[in-house]
Amino acid sequence: MKRLIPLVLCFIFGIVMIATQFSPHPISKRVYEEVVNGALIISPFALVLATVTLIQTHATRILRRSDHWQYSFVVFAGLITMVVIGVPFGPKNTVFEWLYNNVQVPMDATMFSLLAFFIASAAYRAFRARTTEATLLLVTALIVMLGNVPVGNLVWNKLMSWTPWVDQASAAREWILYNPNLSARRGIILGVSLGVISQSVRIILGIERSYLGGGD
Amino acid sequence: MLTKLVSMDRRIVFILVALAVIIPMLVNVNLPVSTSAPTQKLYDFVEALPKGSTIMLAFDYGPSSFPELSPMAKALLKQCFDKDIGVVALTLVDDGTTLASTLIEEVAAEKNAENGEDFVFLGFRPGITQVILGMGTEIKSVFDTDYYGKKLDEIPMMENITNYDQIDLLVDLASSNTTEAWIIYANVQYNLKIAAGVTGVMVSQMFPYLQTGQLNGLMSGILGAAEYENLVEVQDKGMQYINVNSFVHILIVLLVIIGNIAYFTQRKREE
Amino acid sequence: MQVFGIWVAAFLTLCIYSFLYQDNPLYRFAEHLFVGISVGYGIVLSIHEGFIPLAWNPIWASLTGDSLSGLWKLIPIFFGLLFFARLSPRHTWLIRYPIAILIGFGAGIAIPNVLRANIFEQTRGTIEPFSVIHSQTTGTAVEVMPSGEFTVFIIGAVLMVIGVICTLTYFFFSVEHRGPISWLSKVGICFLMVGFGSAFGNTVMGRVTLLIQRVDFLLNTWIGSIF
Repeated sequence: MKRLIPLVLCFIFGIVMIATQFSPHPISKRVYEEVVNGALIISPFALVLATVTLIQTHATRILRRSDHWQYSFVVFAGLITMVVIGVPFGPKNTVFEWLYNNVQVPMDATMFSLLAFFIASAAYRAFRARTTEATLLLVTALIVMLGNVPVGNLVWNKLMSWTPWVDQASAAREWILYNPNLSARRGIILGVSLGVISQSVRIILGIERSYLGGGD
Repeated sequence: MLTKLVSMDRRIVFILVALAVIIPMLVNVNLPVSTSAPTQKLYDFVEALPKGSTIMLAFDYGPSSFPELSPMAKALLKQCFDKDIGVVALTLVDDGTTLASTLIEEVAAEKNAENGEDFVFLGFRPGITQVILGMGTEIKSVFDTDYYGKKLDEIPMMENITNYDQIDLLVDLASSNTTEAWIIYANVQYNLKIAAGVTGVMVSQMFPYLQTGQLNGLMSGILGAAEYENLVEVQDKGMQYINVNSFVHILIVLLVIIGNIAYFTQRKREE
Repeated sequence: MQVFGIWVAAFLTLCIYSFLYQDNPLYRFAEHLFVGISVGYGIVLSIHEGFIPLAWNPIWASLTGDSLSGLWKLIPIFFGLLFFARLSPRHTWLIRYPIAILIGFGAGIAIPNVLRANIFEQTRGTIEPFSVIHSQTTGTAVEVMPSGEFTVFIIGAVLMVIGVICTLTYFFFSVEHRGPISWLSKVGICFLMVGFGSAFGNTVMGRVTLLIQRVDFLLNTWIGSIF
């Protein structure tokens, strides 16, 4: 009951989705559409998992007085404010949009922009041409960086004035992206996709069961 | 001296980075930008579409990447409105909804485009795969109303649009793996033509799809945005940001070179 | 209200940047507020753009007699509601039902589509340049390439096959990497390093752009609103 029914459900839905894609019969098409629409309805409920986990984590932090537990109240304050305004009045409400535009957007953008500083710092402290592989990585990164920005062409021309490759910074970048980068990425795509397919088969056949979690 | 250089406080690097952004921002530098082949391909594709065609524009990004992707969206929307190409916009990312609606309304106001006549904003629905597949059968089965609550049946632009068969191109502005999802499900299953504008982080992984023709064009990060602005003859954030980017890039290249020189000189001395 | 919004955004931006000096209460405040606000926004969107149009409206239409077709949607809604079993430790196992359906659905839909998009198409892309080379050399090509361009094309096509095979060999762990396999694998690493190098170069561009936008906001929008 606790494990068998989920395994059967997973098998049925997996097989149905494969079979209906290969059959042009109207019944098959109808089944396909209904299953897709059904899965669409289940999706929004999955947010419950994330929300409950977040609430439990922060509630536990407050109850146990863990490090910086006071900040968990800030999490709840932000969450409750958005929900109290957004749920009854909708996402097009002026106050809700104001909070999004002036609180969420700047913080999200700033949080990710911090990485610019850390990338620069890491590039200075750790980006070393210690081995052949590391040198390849470093040289490629430098060429792509020069090819990405307008001033890169000026620098490239100064460095390459004695070679036939003047005015070719952007071309060098594109060549790297279209050739060795493409091959490596294609290798990764093929490898990952084979993995996805084999894992999907294992899931449908019930060999891979980790999604059921622990317990009986 | 060398030891000091190698173990320089990272906050000094932070200050240098900040200065490399602030100074060019105040000085207002304007260097020419050439156009790369993938961006040109997308521009040519849209230019070749006849009046009255329809493009689907997926705003699959949130606030964490809007500086790179919003300039692309603006330039593309301006091109579509100028050419009388209808735009059906949507998002598969929840935190991009308000961002997308604000941007469309802003460009539409500038270009006098009418909601429901020249563009439709469908909004957001959760479940990436399900939404993509569902719209392939019938857009109405996923979005029965637009973002503003108007029934799709009552929207003039949607009169002749049922599913992907009436969409000439989908442009996915993406900050995550949504472009692959559009390719895997909409292109393979429904033959929907796809192009993309992606963040710098994702540029490299898009090239295999470009070579096979699964992508009909690509805007690569802020460089792609600047190139597209150049092509549609608009001076906006893309051009401004790529110029400022130049200085930070040069700084980082110099930091890498100095870091390596200091490291190898020190190692040689120690040996 | 707009000016106040700019000041709030500027304050929060500076709170987060204060982390560059060191971890501090202002940063922690902004970080936690960000988490709460983002999740709250997600909940509101999921309800208004997910649950209401996809589940509630069809049921309401059925109850009011507008359209009875919505009733069958009670089945997926029932499975969706099982996610709430997470709230009761004794009944948590019930969430396996909707998860199993979504996983089975995802696996079933992925197999044929991933196969076509990522295996067949990518393999075609690797081999197809050789049909172009063949047509160029046999004179059957519609458009003849200039000889210089053709040489570069051949080099690119050969390089691509070598790169793809070597990269795949590196990820092939079923045999021990010795002898020729080891060499192929080493070449694969070189291709991967070039791939990662280009990804790093593009990532720098992306992250720096985010920083530029924030500085643009602070300098032109915030300070610009003062003077």
